[in-house]
Amino acid sequence: MFRKRHLISIRDFTREEMEAVLRRAEELERHARPDLMRGRILANLFFEPSTRTRLSFETAMKRLGGEVLNLDSEEASSMAKGETLSDTVRVIGGYADAIVLRHSREGAARMAAEVSGVPVINAGDGAGQHPTQTLLDLYTIRRESHLEGLRIAMVGDLKYGRTVHSLAYALALYGARIYPVAPEGLALPADLQEDLRHSGARLQPVKSLQEALRKADVLYVTRIQKERFPDPQEYRRVAGSYRITLDLLRRAPKGLVILHPLPRVDEIDPRVDGTPYARYFRQAYYGVPVRMAVLSLLLPRRGKGEA
Amino acid sequence: MKGAGNKKELRVLPIRKGTVIDHIPGGRALRVLRILGITDASRETVSVAMNVPSRQMGRKDIVKVENRELVPGEVQKIALIAPRATINIIDDMEVRRKMKVSLPREIEGVLRCSNPNCISNTPEPAVARFRVENGGLRCFYCERMFSGELTDHI
Ligand SMILES: [Zn+2]
Repeated sequence: MFRKRHLISIRDFTREEMEAVLRRAEELERHARPDLMRGRILANLFFEPSTRTRLSFETAMKRLGGEVLNLDSEEASSMAKGETLSDTVRVIGGYADAIVLRHSREGAARMAAEVSGVPVINAGDGAGQHPTQTLLDLYTIRRESHLEGLRIAMVGDLKYGRTVHSLAYALALYGARIYPVAPEGLALPADLQEDLRHSGARLQPVKSLQEALRKADVLYVTRIQKERFPDPQEYRRVAGSYRITLDLLRRAPKGLVILHPLPRVDEIDPRVDGTPYARYFRQAYYGVPVRMAVLSLLLPRRGKGEA
Repeated sequence: MKGAGNKKELRVLPIRKGTVIDHIPGGRALRVLRILGITDASRETVSVAMNVPSRQMGRKDIVKVENRELVPGEVQKIALIAPRATINIIDDMEVRRKMKVSLPREIEGVLRCSNPNCISNTPEPAVARFRVENGGLRCFYCERMFSGELTDHI
């Protein structure tokens, strides 16, 4: 069911493998297992800072009774000075039982997996993949809403946002109905749309955020980055018109669930936090059981027939 | 060209020894030349026929190169832009071997990834590798899809 040695890209997953992770996460969320990683060491090798992701992995490993080696971006880079990433990975692989890698280049984790003697978990490779984020998004949707027959509105920067690309790909395997809502120039790229349709997604255009909101079970909000706009005023105008406010939510369907990969800037009015729609802090919390599940599946206990 | 007599001979000159690539989709012969690295500085005898009427293909191109055998990387690239091409190895004016190209499932080392931030474009030991997918190529490392005219990347 789950025979992966590394966790590199959500594109490597079958639906059954995703299910295996989600089920394991649910078990571990319910019953802590501080024995599973006892005596194991996880190396956080972060060439780019991402405190949130690093802490989430660290928490997951420690909750399972394991230990963590942290190499922050400065240490990782100084270790790598004059050395290739592949050499660094080989060396760290000699110290630790698994490596979590974050790197600025697309494909870095795939290459690391090729040379590493221990499992590699991709925690973000440039504009590429960040599969544990996708898995925790799926887990959140499953826990807070439902994956079967899902209708999801994806709002924000759909052109450069790798989070939504990976999530859309994963949801395609569930035949989800996706309503893309993006400002002009930041729409879902055509080749990706083609790819998603090929994989089973039903992409349905909507005229407005309001329309998407009325139809959706889940509203997945992402940040619109200032750097995408040459004119700061234009940015403020566009970002403002995609902002989730109490006013906008007045006609929201009852069970609507709002998610955001965090950190947010001002895509969601803080006053929304107190409504039952807001689940983005739950979402961040779910990162821990999902990463525990990933660790336990990639590092099964040695001997004694434990799977 | 359509004058009396010797029609066939005039179209493409026969070669003594070398390679004939036939059934190239009409208009793509120049791309095949590019794959073979044939430029205005090349010295070998090359003949090219373009838009030749063909029963199977409507119109097709043919490339003949004297004293040249293709290496596997070249055949892979040709398969990408001319999936129905046939390659004839000529020796002593006769076809010694005839083979169809086949679209590989993966190609390695013959193309570079056009994403400058891809790990395969660094000194790391990551040799560019692509999967053939829905008529396009997907980089094994950065997973970007390169579709449309594949030869733009060749
Ligand atoms: Zn690439």
